[in-house]
Amino acid sequence: MTKFALKGLLGRKLRTALTAIAIVLGVTMVSGTYVLTDSIDKAFDSIFTDVRQGSNVIVSGKSAFDLSDGSGATAPAFDEDVLEEVREVEGVALAEGSVDSESAQLIGDDGKAITYGGAPNLGFSIANGESPFNPLTLVDGEWPGPNEVVIDSATADKEDFAVGQQVGVQAAGAVEELRIAGIVEFGSVATIGGATLAGFDLGTAQRLFDKEGELDEIAVSARAGVTDDELIAQLEEVLPETTQVLSSSQQAEEDAEGTNEFITFLQGFLLAFAGIALFVGSFVIANSLSITIAQRTREFATVRTLGGSRRQVLGSIVLEALVIGAVASVVGLFLGLGLAKLLFWLFDLAGFTLPNSGLILETRTIVVALLVGIVVTLLASLRPAIRATRVPPIAAVREGATLPESRFHRFRTLGSLVTIALGFAALLYGLFAGGLGTTQLLAWMGIGALLIFIGVALFAQRLIRPLAQFLGWPATQIGGAAGKLARDNARRNPQRTASTASALMIGLALVTLVAVLAQGITSTFRNSVEEIFIADYAITAQNNFAPIPIAAAEAAADAPGVEAVASVRTAEARIFDSNEFVTAVDEGAVGAISLDWIEGSQETFAELGANGAFVDEDYAEEHDLAVGSPVPILTPSGEELELEVRGIFDPPTGGSPFGSVTFSTDTFDRLYESPRNLYSFVGMEGGVTDANTAALESALADFPNAKSQTREEFVDNQISGLSAILNILYVLLALSVVVSLFGIVNTLVLTVFERTRELGMLRAIGMTRRQTRRMIRHESVITALIGGVLGILLGIVLGGLLVARVEFIAFSLPTTQIVVFALLTIVVGILAAIFPARRAARLNPLEALQYE
Amino acid sequence: MEDGNTAAPTSGEAVVVASEVTRRYGEGDTAVDALRGVSLEIEQARLTAVMGPSGSGKSTLMHILAGLDKPTSGSVAIAGTEITALKDTDLTKLRRRHIGFVFQFFNLLPMLTAEENIVLPLSIAGEKPEGAFFDDLIDKVGLADRLSHRPSELSGGQQQRVAIARALVSRPTVLFADEPTGNLDSTTGHEILELMRNSVDSYGQTMVMVTHDPRAAAIADRVLFLADGLIVKDLPRSSEGDILAAVNSLMTAGATTGA
Repeated sequence: MTKFALKGLLGRKLRTALTAIAIVLGVTMVSGTYVLTDSIDKAFDSIFTDVRQGSNVIVSGKSAFDLSDGSGATAPAFDEDVLEEVREVEGVALAEGSVDSESAQLIGDDGKAITYGGAPNLGFSIANGESPFNPLTLVDGEWPGPNEVVIDSATADKEDFAVGQQVGVQAAGAVEELRIAGIVEFGSVATIGGATLAGFDLGTAQRLFDKEGELDEIAVSARAGVTDDELIAQLEEVLPETTQVLSSSQQAEEDAEGTNEFITFLQGFLLAFAGIALFVGSFVIANSLSITIAQRTREFATVRTLGGSRRQVLGSIVLEALVIGAVASVVGLFLGLGLAKLLFWLFDLAGFTLPNSGLILETRTIVVALLVGIVVTLLASLRPAIRATRVPPIAAVREGATLPESRFHRFRTLGSLVTIALGFAALLYGLFAGGLGTTQLLAWMGIGALLIFIGVALFAQRLIRPLAQFLGWPATQIGGAAGKLARDNARRNPQRTASTASALMIGLALVTLVAVLAQGITSTFRNSVEEIFIADYAITAQNNFAPIPIAAAEAAADAPGVEAVASVRTAEARIFDSNEFVTAVDEGAVGAISLDWIEGSQETFAELGANGAFVDEDYAEEHDLAVGSPVPILTPSGEELELEVRGIFDPPTGGSPFGSVTFSTDTFDRLYESPRNLYSFVGMEGGVTDANTAALESALADFPNAKSQTREEFVDNQISGLSAILNILYVLLALSVVVSLFGIVNTLVLTVFERTRELGMLRAIGMTRRQTRRMIRHESVITALIGGVLGILLGIVLGGLLVARVEFIAFSLPTTQIVVFALLTIVVGILAAIFPARRAARLNPLEALQYE
Repeated sequence: MEDGNTAAPTSGEAVVVASEVTRRYGEGDTAVDALRGVSLEIEQARLTAVMGPSGSGKSTLMHILAGLDKPTSGSVAIAGTEITALKDTDLTKLRRRHIGFVFQFFNLLPMLTAEENIVLPLSIAGEKPEGAFFDDLIDKVGLADRLSHRPSELSGGQQQRVAIARALVSRPTVLFADEPTGNLDSTTGHEILELMRNSVDSYGQTMVMVTHDPRAAAIADRVLFLADGLIVKDLPRSSEGDILAAVNSLMTAGATTGA
């Protein structure tokens, strides 16, 4: 029987290969995800370890509370006198202090700040080039002296910077022209994710970063024979409250916390898409196997008459699936390496450059990829295999014997409806039950969506006839007899058409879901901005989210025609025992930002004073705040202040520019070191005019990091980050659409094979090759459209439910995208038909007539 | 309505002409000569039967005469058009206009009704049936009350009637029938043969029927016998007994020469 199964596979090479493609693609995604995330992880690890090379322990500033990861907030700097105290500690061999910044921007030839996507612009001091703590290697030139800078080779190459030339650098203050002293490379990592590097001597760095007389870190090496723990103990005796000391490896771990979280998220995120592709793939495999098994009814019956048991029939099919799954998984595993490369490139293109120091193939990747591929194939083969065992031996001698129906056939409709209902129940529970953690919520939603897809796929069989009738109408109009036959063929085997279309349905449902969410977010956001933003221009960073020096807003205020400037600053604070984003706004907001006040008025902006604050309605309710209520806040550097509520506002659905608590910029500047603006809104006489735009731009000429935008541009730019994420989502979901496209190809090839005699008859009685191709193509497009329409409708429903759950999004139908998806569906149908149609048209009518 | 009663169009004119047709399958040592130089003319408004044992080349000959296969050498003209050099599309269009087919296994499309199956050649050509002729045809094949049925709801005989109507509906120059009774019981087969004879007589339909059943060949105006890729006997209309005798004599001859 083993031989029988393997020979069978070889005899059906094309069909086997087509079936396997679905699994290959899914496994590729799994393996690609692991390779990608492992490679990033490795690259980050070496970055964080390299940074700490040569040191035993690290002294750093300590914030008054644990900062949130990924918030961009950093621990406060400490007094540089600490360095002298550290050097006097007995166990210390060498200690050097440094400062750093995540927004030390180099200015390009065009006068604009150089940024690559959302990557940081890292700046730091290099106390002494030959220092054992220095993770950089000099490629060209020398280490920086006062008013000099060294930059990384990647940036130097891209921007054509050479040693000896002047370059503009801006961090906390105005732009300074510095001489490029050297070109450097960082440790063993080829790229560190699009970040630019700028190294300075300590004094220059302190001045640039507005940290004069302060340090962010002290790297310490121990004398021979002193352990890290001993050294830490000695240091702790002399270090002030505002600092902490950790071993280098602990510090590296702490540094990596944020990125590890990001990598874990990225891995889960990509694996989810791999799971979707595999789920779609399992549909394709189950369908392909069902068809081939139906076509081999006689073969199984013959095996049975020759004495084969049901178990042997089952065994031979499962073995086939096992072989297909194993081969496909191995192929997918290696294609995953290519996919990882492609994803690096794709993320780079979308503006999220990832660090890369070579591809990593872990044993875990190999095990998981193979296991998942084989198990999914086996599971998908079970149902058709069990059906094959029900073929009675008598079918061997009967003309046109068909596969017996499953025992549960009559429960199919009921079963599918129950499955759909259970799916929605799980989804709704996940969405609206409340009190669920993110993982639980996602799990409930995932299970719900899975059940809904399976249920709809099972139920779709009932919808095929009317849908094909309706969606096939255009084909009958433009395709003539071929179009009519295509429609009839699509309706001929509803179960088969339903399974084929369902695979595509899943991909389209998810794509539509994403589009609905995106449309909801953007339209709600746009409405909110239009409601709140009553000024004419906005000033933001070149990359839309980096902070801008306050001087930029001050320069703008002096520009001719400027009536009001409202700047918004943001930071993290500890309020009522939780980490909150707080914002600050200046009195210019009265004429530039409009809020819907429940308590207070526009004038509140100007009346915040030294301890006034306003909060949004939800925050007020949550903490039982009214006008006059005290709000005590604690900053990372340990500053404390009791604010008093002066106003409560009702934010629009799409949110406001303000955090939980907002106070005056004066107060902010007293509480936080080196304050900078997130953005500023500018009202000008005469509104948006070319003259005003020019005036504002010339006022900002000295601030390469800042750009002025009209309200429309501001909205578009804020949304552009979302578009990049959307494009990534679409690309990832495209994979499952490609899998389902192969599903259609597969079904059509099998169908053509099955209808050989019929096609021969049609050719004999006058159907041209062209008409034959057209017939297959129309059938393909009709099948695709059935999947597309079901998917789009399902996507709208699912998207609508999600939008209903999320407070800050209102439902809005993405009409354009839906039209595009429908057209895309037709394209999928046409593409899927190319190969099968060609095979059908090439059939020699004679062979067709002799075929039996 | 027996033979001779109807005013058939001028018979005797050749509508299909084959000369020195050979057909070789495969190459080298394993090559098989299915036809080894066959020349013949199919005359208009007559029913020609082609007989011969399996492997004699009768099916190959029919496929070549019908423009489904191309000869290795020699020439074939259908309705005055030399087909050996035609491209696939032109050949298909020629089949549309001039050729009709009746198959042993009926080859109806299961998802179409009887009527849709019958008019299929016209739909494919983008034409509509002529009302009066169509009604007469349906009447003749006796399917008036079965038109909206699907093949699965029809008996074998009824299915073959649908197939014959499908072959006649475009009024082809010549209709080829490949063992039209091969898959039917004898009573039903007899009815089908009557219907075919009737079509020749009343419509002047030229027909070529490949069969190995002497009873079927007995309705033909002319019976050709093929053996080893050559025409070995050409009888005018003959009785079932004469045909059977001819078959037997050929088989004995084949047995003596072949062994």
